[in-house]
Amino acid sequence: MKFKGKVWKFGDNINTDEIIPARFLNTQDPQELGAHCMEDIDAGFSKKVSKGDIIVAGKNFGCGSSREHAQIAIKASGVSCVIAESFARIFYRNSINMGLPIIEIDDISQIKEGDYLEVELDKGEVLNLSEDKHYNVQVFPKFIQDIIKKGGLLKWVRRKRGKG
Amino acid sequence: MTITEKILLAHTDKKSISPDDFIYAKVDMALGNDITAPIAIKEFESTGVKRVFARKKIALVPDHFTPAKDQKSADQAKLLKKFADKHRIENYFEVGRMGVEHALLPEQGLVMPGDLIIGADSHTCTYGALGAFSTGVGSTDLAACFITGCVWLKVPISMKFVYYGKLAPWVSGKDLILYTIGDIGVSGALYKAMEFTGPVIHDLPMDDRFSMCNMAIEAGAKSGIIEPDGIAVKYLRLVARRWPLTARKKILELKSDKDAIYSEVREYDVSKIEPQVSAPHLPSNAGPVSKFKNVKIDQSVIGSCTNGRISDLRLACKVLKNKKVHKNVRLIVIPATQKIYQQSIKEGLAEIFLKAGAVFSTPTCGPCLGGHVGILAEGERAIATTNRNFRGRMGHIDSEVYLANPAVAAASAVKGRIAHPDEVK
Repeated sequence: MKFKGKVWKFGDNINTDEIIPARFLNTQDPQELGAHCMEDIDAGFSKKVSKGDIIVAGKNFGCGSSREHAQIAIKASGVSCVIAESFARIFYRNSINMGLPIIEIDDISQIKEGDYLEVELDKGEVLNLSEDKHYNVQVFPKFIQDIIKKGGLLKWVRRKRGKG
Repeated sequence: MTITEKILLAHTDKKSISPDDFIYAKVDMALGNDITAPIAIKEFESTGVKRVFARKKIALVPDHFTPAKDQKSADQAKLLKKFADKHRIENYFEVGRMGVEHALLPEQGLVMPGDLIIGADSHTCTYGALGAFSTGVGSTDLAACFITGCVWLKVPISMKFVYYGKLAPWVSGKDLILYTIGDIGVSGALYKAMEFTGPVIHDLPMDDRFSMCNMAIEAGAKSGIIEPDGIAVKYLRLVARRWPLTARKKILELKSDKDAIYSEVREYDVSKIEPQVSAPHLPSNAGPVSKFKNVKIDQSVIGSCTNGRISDLRLACKVLKNKKVHKNVRLIVIPATQKIYQQSIKEGLAEIFLKAGAVFSTPTCGPCLGGHVGILAEGERAIATTNRNFRGRMGHIDSEVYLANPAVAAASAVKGRIAHPDEVK
């Protein structure tokens, strides 16, 4: 999987109430959730983001609630993948289970808002096209790669059951 | 091995496990609510699978936006009801018989030491207070578990927190956990299991232990756990649905080994800890209540899966008896379950709250996540016994939430500003 897009940068501890506020949790409609993505931290985000763009954030991205509305909102907003220094654990597993590509990079300080990144998920490569730089990516453990390759947890489960 | 590793191992077909291993583990109870279960149900149904793995091992609790706050919430709750009917889910709890999920499940005897419990709600880590491994997952995990009865997990390394000394008056489990999160930060235990121990913990009443494990997620942890002891056994004896002759012995044997490995051990002398308050907008902004005495409030909320239990309400009433809520403050009290609600009436607590000029609501998560029953307006400030004070969590994006224990929340409601319970005379 390969993505190319513009960087939207956020800080540490971006929480699920910021990604999608609880007042919108009375629906699971992707379009509606996508329209309010990041609304409480960057009011116009859903309007200015283009398809394929990339969120780059600091530590503990997605802390707080277990709501998968967060992944639904991010995906529906057009964002292709999220890069962070670390992810909150429920957000991390939900992203894997739902097929939202996430990448951990130890230090994001060299990536600026507006930079263009090229991400090659299979090879674990992130290129900064604006700066002509290459970043070291932490590779997923094999178990997780397997879930991603099968297309998410439910497909992985069905495959496993099929075999069993 | 730690207690966490022992429980996880017992739920796999492996001979041994170590931290960082990926396991596929059997689940004893899978929980969903009116926010997260609808997504899981839709995903489950999209697979074409006809039956859930075990109808007795699923709990569905419409507690977040119920009694339905609007049309869409009503539709979501209806999805739960329909699914529960279709699959004859035993543990579906309707409005009027329900409670905030993490207060409800232990009270209903659905949590036993050594159990592996997952819930599509981040505060599922609460059940560690009874010596269960429990952790929050997403709706997709829940859907997969409905099919397989299993969950994938990475075995967490444990961090040990030892509390000793003598608790000062008005200092509760809530204060210990706020203090601890203040110490290690909101990602201080990321991906790890927090094991709370020491003489202070094993003297704490169950309700305080629930508050502590409940907030393990606020330090980024996968789970929080306390080795079950005599106090846990006493609690379980009253609520358990089955009590085999060997239960007590087995429960008390569930412990971490002396040579268990921890990523870190932290020790706290609690004698020095004052009641804590966490300032906006992170639970880790904790400090002694005396530091916040000039902070005026518009609202005080006592309730939630963190502090809506009977001893929390008793504590608040100790402060509120024969007092009035400050003219500029709304005090909103929400017992966490129907049973606690009834108990409050029986003990005269409801009367104390109502006489003081408080709202006394039916159980709901309500304002904790900015749902309903007490949303904050622009620029308003609340003190709350809840678990999160993220920006906009309880309403308007420019409103503020301070976290505290029920006695501090009650004292603040009387004073109109953040106050130590001793200030209410």
